[in-house]
Amino acid sequence: MHELAVTQSMVNLVLEEARKGNARKVKKINLVLGELSGVVGECVEFYFGLMSKDTIAEGAAISFSTVSTQARCRQCAKVFEVKESDWVCPECHSVGVDLVAGNELFVESIEVE
Amino acid sequence: MEIKVLKDILSANDQMAERNRALLDSKKVTVLNIMSSPGSGKTSLILETIRALKKQVRIGVIEGDIASTIDAQKVGEEKVPVVQINTGGECHLEAGQVGRALESLPLDKIDLLLIENVGNLVCPGEFKLGEDKKVLILSVPEGDDKVHKYPLLFSMADAIVVNKIDLLPYARFDVPAFLKAVRGMNRRARIFQVSCTTRKGIEEWTKWVTSNLGQ
Repeated sequence: MHELAVTQSMVNLVLEEARKGNARKVKKINLVLGELSGVVGECVEFYFGLMSKDTIAEGAAISFSTVSTQARCRQCAKVFEVKESDWVCPECHSVGVDLVAGNELFVESIEVE
Repeated sequence: MEIKVLKDILSANDQMAERNRALLDSKKVTVLNIMSSPGSGKTSLILETIRALKKQVRIGVIEGDIASTIDAQKVGEEKVPVVQINTGGECHLEAGQVGRALESLPLDKIDLLLIENVGNLVCPGEFKLGEDKKVLILSVPEGDDKVHKYPLLFSMADAIVVNKIDLLPYARFDVPAFLKAVRGMNRRARIFQVSCTTRKGIEEWTKWVTSNLGQ
């Protein structure tokens, strides 16, 4: 839902990193998105097309690596993937869990020339 | 050539939130970031909090809305300083907007700043504003299943307020199931059951609010 703001921040971050690396052109952006972040890749691509226009990132490909939601059971320490909003431990059936992964939202790397 | 970045996309927002935090700490202002879906009672809870505490606590308010100044007018009638932010379409407040709003508030004369975020149970969770505590409101008519549908906000909240409990006899809201689900993903949040209409539970809520002052 908030892809506009996320994409704007991403473009700023990518351009800054590219400038630090003295890049002439950004060819690819490798993003890591957690399921819980709620960020939709298609929207990011759409906004990226608009926001990267006339910058050295124009035309860059975006690669999305999605991280599934993982939780750790507080009772038995089992780490499990949360599917369809089922937060109950599949091992011991208790409901107390801590989030281990799923809210990532970062740029892993950029490919430049 | 590949450049390793490994930086959070919202790190620029996080840095601005830190700047807000530092300013507010220096002025000894306690800040609550109040989030919920539209119509859950953010403005009502803010108004009840002001009415209960304004004799003993100096309160300021930042109102975040996509459009209009309706909420700011309601809060202004309580004679407390208020700034309205219109996001113009954005579904959440960002730290930079709050930073600019802080410039218009008399921070030396404020102990408690209540920030009403844009009505939305998804996006505000991602954007830190420089708050001390995140408060999440869920109202009874929305249903107890929202914990499972919006886990991010429920897992990060410091306080969860169940509002409109006067409607419990008319709505399907399983309180024990709700409490169990919340505890499942968030052990530390304080949970309050209130009605801004009948004022039930407001005192317990305001006690928690004042317990955060001056920390």
